[in-house]
Amino acid sequence: MKTEAFEPKILAFCCHYCAYSSADLAGVMRIQYPPNIRIIRTPCTGRLETEYFMKAFENGADGVLVAGCLEGGCHFVEGNLCAKRRVNYTKDMLEEIGVEKERLRMVNISAAMARPLADVITDMVETVRKLGPSPLRKSEVGSRKSEVRNLKLEVQSPSGFAKASVVAKAMTDKTPDKQPTAQSPQLKTNRL
Amino acid sequence: MIVAQRKNIPELLAIVEKHRKVLLLGCGTCVTVCLAGGQREVGIIASALRMAAKLKGRPLEVEELTIERQCDNVFLEQAAEAVKNADVVLSLGCGAGVQALAERFNGKPVYGGLDTAFIGILEERGVWAEKCAACGACVLHQYGGICPVTRCAKHMLNGPCSGSREDRCEVNADRPCAWQLIYKRLKEIGQLDRLKEIKKPKNWRSSQSGGCRQIIREDHRV
Repeated sequence: MKTEAFEPKILAFCCHYCAYSSADLAGVMRIQYPPNIRIIRTPCTGRLETEYFMKAFENGADGVLVAGCLEGGCHFVEGNLCAKRRVNYTKDMLEEIGVEKERLRMVNISAAMARPLADVITDMVETVRKLGPSPLRKSEVGSRKSEVRNLKLEVQSPSGFAKASVVAKAMTDKTPDKQPTAQSPQLKTNRL
Repeated sequence: MIVAQRKNIPELLAIVEKHRKVLLLGCGTCVTVCLAGGQREVGIIASALRMAAKLKGRPLEVEELTIERQCDNVFLEQAAEAVKNADVVLSLGCGAGVQALAERFNGKPVYGGLDTAFIGILEERGVWAEKCAACGACVLHQYGGICPVTRCAKHMLNGPCSGSREDRCEVNADRPCAWQLIYKRLKEIGQLDRLKEIKKPKNWRSSQSGGCRQIIREDHRV
């Protein structure tokens, strides 16, 4: 039986004040980027805990991208610097476990940087594609692709912001659905 | 508070090597404050253990629970049901918590997942420092509230060793000389004359050299 080519599943935590807005801008500008990214909006990358990254990998993410404001430009002064330290801590822990630390990356993007965001996403997808499927889900590759239906429902919760459970939902839901793209109407509904 | 730090993941995995159902039990007191064994760390380490075991092809179920305090029998009851359902308990409490668990659930293997380090305080965000050696005979009143037993690398009680350089300890240049701190503090509070008193050799019988210590309060016993 012919198996499907490996398509990385990458979870992107995007700060509401910068990277999430630049993803919006990328949509408005019709800039294309690979559809392997599942975006979760966060109020600030400083809100992200090590646990979120761990749960993402545990639930089958091939890579995790954290996109915060430019250093010195955080809406909450130093949230992105906190996130940077947590990402580095998590990288060390991933190495202890036996997962390549290159699967986790933090980038700094301003709200106006739509093109750089698309480039970063493209580069991240290529990096993870070269690394291959996460060692935690190698046996699953070739089976049906995971989809994002639950992610969409959770993100539209009254608070408007992502919950920790979103991470697990985004990676475990096997319900067949349409694959999202950069201009997907599913993701557009998540705007404020 | 008691300060501890986690063991690394391969070491934790080796500790629970022979077991399949593990209860990872956190403590909501000191180790929560020092970010080593609270609810958040239980979640992180449980995820890490599950992933590491999966990569090794080992079946491992990790249950997560955090109770208010592991070193108190009253609070241990909160964990009784979860302990019963697990093959082994991996505690993220301090050494006292692990032993309290082992005494309470005597039919169950209980292992420690942290390295308990010292009694200390949070000096700045992410930095904890030892402040008390629990010697059992406190001399802080004589030294302006700065403990030479703990903070002087040589435990000097009658003045500095003269090896310090620019108020840094000669044993560890990253740390301040305790005697420099004591002098400054006593000067600030106008008690420099305390330094003229010659301190007799410290009685260490109240410390660990006398074996495991115990305090009995007859007025509180029932």
